[in-house]
Amino acid sequence: MEFQILWFILWGVLWAVYFMLDGFDFGISILQPFIAKNDAERRLILNSIGPVWDGNEVWLITAGGATFAAFPTTYAVMFSSLYTPLLLILFALIIRGVSIEFRSKGDSPAWKSAWDKAFVIGSFLPALLFGVAFGNIFKGLPFDADGYHGTLFSLLNPYGLLTGVLFVMLFAVHGALWLTVRTKGDLAERAAGTAKKLWPVLAVIAVAFLVFTAFATKLYDNYLSYPFLAPIPVLAVASLLAAGYFVFTGKTLRAFVASCLTILMVTFTGVAGLYPNLLPSSIDPKFSYTIFNSSSSPYTLTIMTVVALVFVPIVILYQAWSYKVFSDQISTDDIAKDEDAY
Amino acid sequence: MDVLALSRLQFAVTAMFHFIFVPLTLGLSWLVAFMEWRYVRTGDVQYLRMTKFWGKLFLINFALGVVTGIAMEFQFGMNWAEYSRYVGDIFGAPLAIEATLAFFLESTFIGVWIFGWNRISKRLHAVSITIVAFATNLSALWILFANGWQQHPVGYVLKNGRAEMVDFMALLTNPNGISKFLHTTVSGYVIAAFFVMGISAWHILKKSELPVFKKSFRYAAVFGLAATLAVALTGDMEGVNVSKTQPAKLAAMEAHWETQKSAPITLFAVPDPDNERNLVEFVKLPYLLSLMGYHDPNAEVKGLKAFPREDRPPVTPVFASFRLMVGLGSLFILIAAIAVFLSWKERIESSPLFLKLMVLMIPLPYIAAWLGWMVAEIGRQPWIVYGLLRTSEGVSKNVDLAQVIGSLAGFTVLYGALAAVDIYLIVKFAKKGPDANTDSIVKMTRA
Ligand code: HDD
Ligand code: HEM
Ligand code: HEM
Repeated sequence: MEFQILWFILWGVLWAVYFMLDGFDFGISILQPFIAKNDAERRLILNSIGPVWDGNEVWLITAGGATFAAFPTTYAVMFSSLYTPLLLILFALIIRGVSIEFRSKGDSPAWKSAWDKAFVIGSFLPALLFGVAFGNIFKGLPFDADGYHGTLFSLLNPYGLLTGVLFVMLFAVHGALWLTVRTKGDLAERAAGTAKKLWPVLAVIAVAFLVFTAFATKLYDNYLSYPFLAPIPVLAVASLLAAGYFVFTGKTLRAFVASCLTILMVTFTGVAGLYPNLLPSSIDPKFSYTIFNSSSSPYTLTIMTVVALVFVPIVILYQAWSYKVFSDQISTDDIAKDEDAY
Repeated sequence: MDVLALSRLQFAVTAMFHFIFVPLTLGLSWLVAFMEWRYVRTGDVQYLRMTKFWGKLFLINFALGVVTGIAMEFQFGMNWAEYSRYVGDIFGAPLAIEATLAFFLESTFIGVWIFGWNRISKRLHAVSITIVAFATNLSALWILFANGWQQHPVGYVLKNGRAEMVDFMALLTNPNGISKFLHTTVSGYVIAAFFVMGISAWHILKKSELPVFKKSFRYAAVFGLAATLAVALTGDMEGVNVSKTQPAKLAAMEAHWETQKSAPITLFAVPDPDNERNLVEFVKLPYLLSLMGYHDPNAEVKGLKAFPREDRPPVTPVFASFRLMVGLGSLFILIAAIAVFLSWKERIESSPLFLKLMVLMIPLPYIAAWLGWMVAEIGRQPWIVYGLLRTSEGVSKNVDLAQVIGSLAGFTVLYGALAAVDIYLIVKFAKKGPDANTDSIVKMTRA
C-alpha cells in the first residue's frame, strides 16, 4: 500500500519537474517569433537552452518509464487511449529536437527559417497538447469495461482546451522569465516587458481554470476530504501572485523561481486532486484506474523505489551542477564569438 | 493489413530507424573520448582538431538517436497496450532504470561537452565525453536486458493475469540479456570503426589533412579489428543461447527441418516452408550445427517439424538474414586485419584501391546489424514474449486502423525527411574536414 502512494507522489513529481524544466524550453520558442528581432537574437534564444534542453526532456522519458514500471495498466490504457495526441506530441518533440541541433549546420536563410518554424511549432504543439491531455485526465476519459470510446475531437472539449491554453500561458511567462535570467542586452529587456504583458493574461486564465475545475472535474473533492492537502492549491495561487509581484518590481530571478514553483504547484494541485485515481473514467468511477488497481507488484515497486531514492538525488545534483556551469548571462556577442554555439 | 500487421510494421520501421543512429553513438563516443584524452595528455592541437571533427559528426548522429528514441519509449503503451499490461511489472523496470541511470547522464553531459569548452577545465571536459560514452553503453545494457527478457522470460510468475517479477537478479543474469548486450554494443563498435576508417580513407585519397586522418584511420583500424573479433565471439554466445532457449528460432536460422543428432550446417538453401523442406541445398558442413548450438558435435538439434506450424517463425527471412550477417562478419574481420596491417606498415597512403574499398564499406556494418535484428526479432515470432504471449495478443485493443495508418504514414514521411537531412549533413561535414584555423580552436578551450 505505502509503495503505491509513494509512487503516486513520485509520478506527480516527475511530471511536475518535467513541466517546470521543459516548460521554459517550450516558452522561449513560443515567444521567439514575437520577441526576436533578428538572426542574432534567434540564436541567442536557442543557445540559452542549448546545454540543458535534452536533460530536461529526459524527465519526460523518465515520467513515461515510471508510469510503465509502477502503473503498467494505466500506462497501457492512457497511452493507447490518447494515441493521436501523443503521436502529435512525439512528432513535435522530434522536430523540435532536430531543429535545435540542425539550425546552425546550414548557412542559407531559407534553411534557418525552416528550422526556426520547426522549433516554434515543435514547442507550441506539445505545450498545448500536454495541457489538453492533462485536462482530460483531470476530467476523466470516456472508457468502460469495453475500452475507450472517445476520439481526438472529444478531447478538444472546453475544459481540455482551457487547460491547454493555461499550459501555453504558464510556459510563455516562464520562458520570458528564463530569458531575463539567462540572457542580457536588448532581448532580456524585451523579455521582461513581455512577462509584464503576459502575466495578467495568465492570471485571468488561471482564475478561469480554477473556477471551471470545480464544475468540470472532481479534483476539489479530495481537498474537502483531506484538508491537509489544501496548502498545495494555496501555494499554487500564492506563487503565481508572487511571480506577478516580482515581475512588476523587476526582480527577475525571484520571478523565475516563483514561476518554477507555480508550475510545480499547479501540477501537484491536479495530481493530488486525482488521488487515488490515475485515470478516472468519466462514464462510471468503477471503471477508473487507480494507483491500487493498476500498479505493479510490491516486489517491483520495492526495486523501483530503491533505484529512485538512490539515483534521482544524484541526477538532481549533477543537473544542478550543469545549470551552475551555464548560469551566466549570455549576449548576442558571446554567441557570435562562440564556435560551438548553435 | 490490420492493426496488428501495421503496428508490427511501425515498430519495425521506427526501431530500425532508431538503430541507424544508436550503434554509431555507442562506438564513436568511445573513439572521440579517446582522441580528447590524447589531447589532454599531449597538448597536441592535432588531437584537438580530430576530437572536434569527429565530435561534430557524432553530434549530428546523436541528435537523431535521441529524438527517435523517444518515439520508441511511447510506442509500447500506444500500440502494444495488452503487451504492456501483461509484462509491465517486469519490462517497465529496466526502461525506467535506463532513463534514470543512463539517459540523464548522457543528456546532461553531452550539453556540458558541447557548450563547455571554455567553461570547465580540459580534463573535466574530457571526463564529460567519457561519461557520455559510458552512459550510452549503459543505456544499451538496460534496453537489451529488457529485450533479452522478452526473448527468454526469467524470474517471473504468472499471477493476476500477467507476468510478475519475483527475482530481479534473474533478470540481470539472464544469459540472453548478457549476450545481447555484448553482441549489440560490439556491433556498434564495428559500425563506428568502419565509419571512421571510411571517412578517413576518403580524405587520405584526397591527400587532405593527412596527419589527422592517418591517425584516425589507425585508431579505428585497431579498434575495428578488436571489435570484429569480439562480434564473432559474442555472436557465438548468442548462438548457444538461442539454441538453449529458443530452439524454434535456431531451426529457422538454419532452415533445419528434421530433428537429428550431429546436425550439419547448410551454407546455402532455398527453404520451402509449405512443404516443410528445402528446395535446394548446397554445401553441407557436417557436425557444425550441433557444434555451434551446443559446443558438442554429437548434440541433438530439434528441427522445425518438432514444432506445431503456428509456433514456427518465418523461415526464409531468418535463414537468409543470419547467413548474410555471419558472412559480413567474417568479411569485416578480414578487412579490419588488412587495415591494421597496412596502417602499421605505413602503406595505407599507397593503397588507393583499398582506400576506395573502405569508403564503400561504410554501409555494410549497418546492414549487418539490421540483419541481426531481423534474425532476433523475426526469429522470435510468433511470440511477443517467447513462449508466453503471442504477438497477436499483445497489440492495443482500443486503437483503430485509421490511427495506425495515420501514425505509420506520419513516421514514414517524417523519418524519410530526417534521413535525407541527416545524410546531407553527415556528408557535408565529413567532406569539409577539420577546422583549418587552429588558433581559434585553441582559444576556445580553457587551459
Ligand atoms: C543497443 C542499443 C539501443 C537499443 C536496442 C535501443 N536504444 Fe534507444 N538509445 C540508445 C541505445 C539503444 C543510445 C545509444 O543510448 C541512444 C542513441 C543516441 C542517444 O542519444 O542515446 C538512445 C536514445 C534513446 C532515447 C532518447 C534519450 C535521450 O533523450 O537522451 C530513448 C527514449 C530511447 N533511446 C529509448 C529506446 C527504446 C524504448 C528502445 C526499444 C525499442 C531503444 N531505445 C532501443
Ligand atoms: C533498435 C533495435 C531493434 C531493432 C532493429 C528491432 C527490430 C524489430 C523488427 C524488425 C520487428 C518486426 C518483427 C516482425 O514483426 O516480424 C520488431 C518487433 C518488435 N520488437 Fe524489436 N527491434 C529492436 C529493439 C527492440 C527492443 C530493444 C525491444 C524491447 C525492449 C523490442 C521489442 C519489439 C516489439 C515489442 C516488437 C513488436 C512485436 C513484434 O512484431 O514482434 N525491439 N523489432
Ligand atoms: C561474425 C559472426 C556473427 C555471428 C556468429 C552472429 C550471431 C548472431 C546471432 C546468433 C544472433 C541472434 C541472437 C538472438 O536471436 O537472440 C545475432 C543477432 C545480432 N547480430 Fe550478429 N553475429 C555475427 C556477426 C554480426 C555482425 C558483423 C554484426 C554487425 C556489425 C552483428 C549484429 C547483430 C545484431 C545488432 C543482432 C541483434 C541483436 C541481438 O540479438 O543481439 N552480428 N547475431
